[in-house]
Amino acid sequence: MTYIQKPINHHPNLKKNKLGLTRRDYEGAVSSLCAGCGHDSISAAIIDACFELNIEAYKVAKLSGIGCSSKAPAYFLNDSHGFNSVHGRMPSIATGASCANDDLLYIGVSGDGDSASIGMGQFVHAIRRQVDMTYIVENNGTYGLTKGQFSATNDKDSPNKYGEENPFPPVDLAALGIQLGASYVARSFSGDRDQLVPLIMGAFQHKGFALLDIISPCVTFNNHDASTKSYDHIREHNDALGKVDFVPLGREITANYEEGETVEVNLHDGSKMSLEKLDSSYDPTDANLALNTVREKNDEGKVATGLLYIDTKAPDLYETLNAIDKPLNTLNEKELCPGSDKLKTINQGLN
Amino acid sequence: MSKNKYLYKRHNTWWVKLSVPKTLRDKLGYDLRQTTGTSNLDEAILKRDHIVQEFRDVINTEKNLLKNSKPSKDISGRSDVPVSEYMPKTDISDPQYFHKVVDCQWACPAHTNVPEYIRLIAQKKYTDAYMLNWKSNVFPGILGRTCDRPCEPACRRTRTHEEPVAICRLKRVAADNKEDFDTLLPEIPTEKNGKNIALIGGGPASLTVARDLLPLGYEVTVFEKDPKPGGLMRTNIPSFRLPEEVLDEEVYRVIKMGAKFVNNTEIKSMKSLVDDEKFDAVFVGTGAPKGKNLNIPGRDEASENIHIGIDWLTSIAFEHISSIGKKVVVIGGGNTAMDCCRTAIRLGAEDVKVTVRSPFEEMKASDWEKEEAIDEGIPILENTSPKEFIVDDNGKLKGVKFEKVAPQYSDDGKRKLVPTGEEIVIECDDVLLAIGQDNAFDWIERDIGMEFGEWDMPIVDKTTMQSTLPKVFFGGDAAWGPENIIWAVAHGHQAAISIDNHCRGVDLLDRPDPLTNLVSQKMGVHEWAYDNDISQEDRNIVPHADHSEALKSLKVEVELGYDEQLALDEAQRCLNCDMQTVFKEDLCIECDACVDICPTDCINFTDNGTEEFVRGSLRIPAVNLDQSLYVSDKLKTGRVMVKDEDVCVHCGLCAERCPTGAWDIQKFSYTEAQTLNSKDKKKYKEVA
Repeated sequence: MTYIQKPINHHPNLKKNKLGLTRRDYEGAVSSLCAGCGHDSISAAIIDACFELNIEAYKVAKLSGIGCSSKAPAYFLNDSHGFNSVHGRMPSIATGASCANDDLLYIGVSGDGDSASIGMGQFVHAIRRQVDMTYIVENNGTYGLTKGQFSATNDKDSPNKYGEENPFPPVDLAALGIQLGASYVARSFSGDRDQLVPLIMGAFQHKGFALLDIISPCVTFNNHDASTKSYDHIREHNDALGKVDFVPLGREITANYEEGETVEVNLHDGSKMSLEKLDSSYDPTDANLALNTVREKNDEGKVATGLLYIDTKAPDLYETLNAIDKPLNTLNEKELCPGSDKLKTINQGLN
Repeated sequence: MSKNKYLYKRHNTWWVKLSVPKTLRDKLGYDLRQTTGTSNLDEAILKRDHIVQEFRDVINTEKNLLKNSKPSKDISGRSDVPVSEYMPKTDISDPQYFHKVVDCQWACPAHTNVPEYIRLIAQKKYTDAYMLNWKSNVFPGILGRTCDRPCEPACRRTRTHEEPVAICRLKRVAADNKEDFDTLLPEIPTEKNGKNIALIGGGPASLTVARDLLPLGYEVTVFEKDPKPGGLMRTNIPSFRLPEEVLDEEVYRVIKMGAKFVNNTEIKSMKSLVDDEKFDAVFVGTGAPKGKNLNIPGRDEASENIHIGIDWLTSIAFEHISSIGKKVVVIGGGNTAMDCCRTAIRLGAEDVKVTVRSPFEEMKASDWEKEEAIDEGIPILENTSPKEFIVDDNGKLKGVKFEKVAPQYSDDGKRKLVPTGEEIVIECDDVLLAIGQDNAFDWIERDIGMEFGEWDMPIVDKTTMQSTLPKVFFGGDAAWGPENIIWAVAHGHQAAISIDNHCRGVDLLDRPDPLTNLVSQKMGVHEWAYDNDISQEDRNIVPHADHSEALKSLKVEVELGYDEQLALDEAQRCLNCDMQTVFKEDLCIECDACVDICPTDCINFTDNGTEEFVRGSLRIPAVNLDQSLYVSDKLKTGRVMVKDEDVCVHCGLCAERCPTGAWDIQKFSYTEAQTLNSKDKKKYKEVA
């Protein structure tokens, strides 16, 4: 852990966003994770995304459970709300919080242990209910905080640091997400900032459950030569389905693409996700194709990354519950209590 | 004052190689003053800025092009540029690369290792800090009070924060608090090498030559026209800025090393010295002793009350003058003008005004000198050009008539002062002229084989300080006109190397290399052998003596110097620019941890290309062309690491957050070559 605070002075030409803030204003405390941890890159990408989207920190809630990944919210958005919950219970907290106040942007940060093992029961139901949140899994395939045991996402036969091979097949969280109906599913790599930042921006602007399965190498326990979650392995086997770009409202796409090379998806606030397809047959709005592609790439020993699936029409939790537009936690007694006259009417109706 | 001013005064081609981007070198050449076709420094800077602006436009256009074009799939670099034009890997074994990162040391003409002595002060090792200075600049106590501080405008803090570290006044702290250090001085051989050197003038340049040559066994003779040694440091700097004890201590330390000091002796003929077989070499360090005159109507009639500033200050230094009229007008805008007006107040003048032709902002005086004068209640009238000295019927000076002017700038940035038609008359009893100084070489015979060039100045080689007469060397203001003390010292060091080579029969261009060292500072996982926390304090103000005391006497020093606590606080402000970030590409796993932690966004992993491309494609484009880019070899992903040295605060967090030790913090020490530390200084004995 670093003993000094990151110096407050910044580059004099550092860009400011529409709020007059610099990227530095979205930072958190200096990370106490291992030096080189992929999670820190993800934090930095979240910072970039918030900066680019002109997000006001006080309109964000960071939620997490337990684990290395779940420490990460301390390292970005110092001025946001935060809740560090019991192990694996972050999805429930998020569901509750989102019901109480859907005006906030919910960023859930979890890990492979927190989501795919102890919290699996919570995780799947948050997806099923389409809680309006961005759910980031910082996936390193190992229990780093307890010295490198296999996690449920570690690939079969991929050995741990001590050479022992994993006898069990992995949980594929992205495939699971698509299957359960998450309306925005992406997979990325902490070391590929150009891909990661637009994916996070899209997730923030997406209405509904946005799942980001981000492979984030554990430098201490799972970055060895034989690991399938190491920096080198992912760089070699990363198979991006397309070049993703996030196009905020009001910005035109200036690049010229041949027809059929790109897919554009409008998000509910008017911004767009644009996808320059590397494989012309891919269509991220087709869930079956997405599932198949993820599986096929997996069989080939590759990791499919990019925006895997998106459905902008799916109703989110608020819509399903037919809740009013106003955040529930702002409703006062007058609005919630119909009054004695109404009660009388109801009582009379029961007679 | 242009902050870049000093950069153009280096004649060392190393500097140009590094500071002028390769692509611009053809345009800018090696000597800006030469290639821009003007000997006027300000003009040269303006012209250079134009070229730089063009360059920036190119960067911007490229950036826009890049933004709008389809991103290339080839991540190993831009496919449209041949690899031969990519930025090469930075050669950090070149001693000048890291030297340039230490902005203060780079800007110092004598290349004093500033960060090291500031750290020694922070550790309260004042004597060591003093000795480091003494070895490099010979007069730490004097320079700590009077230096023109080229280091401070260069200080990295001017780019990352606002005010530079008070480098100069910290030097004074070392001098004020040092303990006895006689045992640390170089040994003077009792057995001499048989070579005799004549040094003309007893100022900083000559004394530096003496200091550098005496420990090698040379015998030197210093000829001084005044009774005491010190040159302009004694005659032109008033003692309220530089107390006599401080001056005497450092000047006589050199004399006591064994120089033969001949006072009250003005050399009237160069020929006699050159012909004198006793002397193996002659060094001219006579300064620029002739104050410029102002030939406007009334000059001759009122000559009794019109004084040449530097002569007047000299007379005061030797106590020939001790009074002046009640009303005094100082004409001129340089540091001498500031010394004149402040001296006049202390001699009892009640109404002192400084008049200067240029706008206030463009005055030649250092900012702090102007501030001191204003602080003492002296008005500075800008845009005021003298027209006539007004004399009364008895032939006595009554006042000066001035014409107001206004600056006008033409498209190419040239300044013209245009009269506004307004005229003012300032009544006065005395006028002090401080409008510049000239060299005076009427004592050098023109038939002894020494060539003279422009402005009737001897032609002197910029590297070797040698004139066209092989045994005669120049330095200080005598070489290329008025500069300041620290330049005189720098010239002295170079001249001493040349004289030593000359006497040993070695080629003068075969000069010793600088001594450098690069040592890792890692002490533990997150511990360094230096304090890497960045102080966000503002610059500490040096305490001053009360005006009621200070303005009464010439002998009361105005600045009291930092006390220990202030000095320690100020020392903490140093950014330790000599703590270099050293990158080893074979260890890097490209995890981006350094990119994310860097507070000033210096570190980038990007595609290689031409320098323009790379500068434009960084996270924050590197538009400060005076600062280098540190480029690595190709990494695993085909990208390169590019670090913009511009605003790195040397906090070491990149190395702390690096999982593999690809970044390391290493202390770079650079000691400019001198005869004293030359590897082959023993050689002389073999030759002799």
